[in-house]
Amino acid sequence: MVGIVIVSHSENLAKSVVELAHMMAPTAKFAPAGGLEDGTFGTSFERVQAAIESICSDDGVVVLMDMGSAVMTTEMVLEMMPDKKVVMADCPLVEGAVTAAADAAGNMPLEKIMKDLSSLFTTHKF
Amino acid sequence: MADSKQVLSIIQAIGEKIESEKDYLTELDQPIGDSDHGINMARGFAAVEKKLPTLAGKDIGSILKAVGITLVSTVGGASGPLYGTAFMRAGMAAPGKLEIDMDDFLKMLDAAVQGVEQRGHSTTEEATMIDAMVPALTAMQQAAAQGKDAKTVLEAGTKAAWAGVEHTKGLVATKGRASYMGERGIGHQDPGATSFAYVMETISSSLA
Repeated sequence: MVGIVIVSHSENLAKSVVELAHMMAPTAKFAPAGGLEDGTFGTSFERVQAAIESICSDDGVVVLMDMGSAVMTTEMVLEMMPDKKVVMADCPLVEGAVTAAADAAGNMPLEKIMKDLSSLFTTHKF
Repeated sequence: MADSKQVLSIIQAIGEKIESEKDYLTELDQPIGDSDHGINMARGFAAVEKKLPTLAGKDIGSILKAVGITLVSTVGGASGPLYGTAFMRAGMAAPGKLEIDMDDFLKMLDAAVQGVEQRGHSTTEEATMIDAMVPALTAMQQAAAQGKDAKTVLEAGTKAAWAGVEHTKGLVATKGRASYMGERGIGHQDPGATSFAYVMETISSSLA
């Protein structure tokens, strides 16, 4: 099953996004990577790296990020693990997490999940 | 121009400068960002300072790469990946070197600028550190091409970096947290450009 990593500046936000998406798909494999080691806001290179490694399999990992340094830090982590099947999704965080959870729990391949996530920008809330 | 021992002491001096300007950098970040630039940079350079003794005797490329990795791991905000990439790319442009001259330094700074542009998906006129970096690099390349000595070249770079910082006040930020402010950001000096000017100024005064 494809794993899903949630990168946020906030530890609570990352955990809560996982919690919310788990309601839709309890079997989905998630790893939150939020905040810094000392509990303050920010993105931690080590936390992102550890989160990806904790759920990485041959099926791959999709990473969702909130903004700014979450994106840049994730880029750097990915550059350091070129042999792993890990991709970043450019999509809204909450909607993306729910979509990815439902897809991954349904054993969809990484490529199909990424296609669904990329369509989120044209999906309106109302 | 500088050997690896001098590079270590310049990095130490940059850390001290950032620490002493920490509150000012954070203050600049308050109206347009998330009020953490000084705090984040100081945390990163404090970690770098702890790492420096382990880098004694290493070549300049390895030293700068290690500094970059430390910054990425400890800064926590956007300046982590940006300064981290800058130092790592500068290091990659000086592989195995125990001493660098101005030509090497300009190549390293050029690699650093390109790294920051790539990492931040950004360019000049977007009210970021690039608005201090690019003018500094250009001014130094011109001064070096005119055959000026290292001190004059570095001073030209510092002057251009500060002029770039001043220029960010008139720009609308389109990258980073400040972009959420839109035109309300006009009139504010960019914190990242300011911290880069301190880096440039410290390199210049350390080698003068």
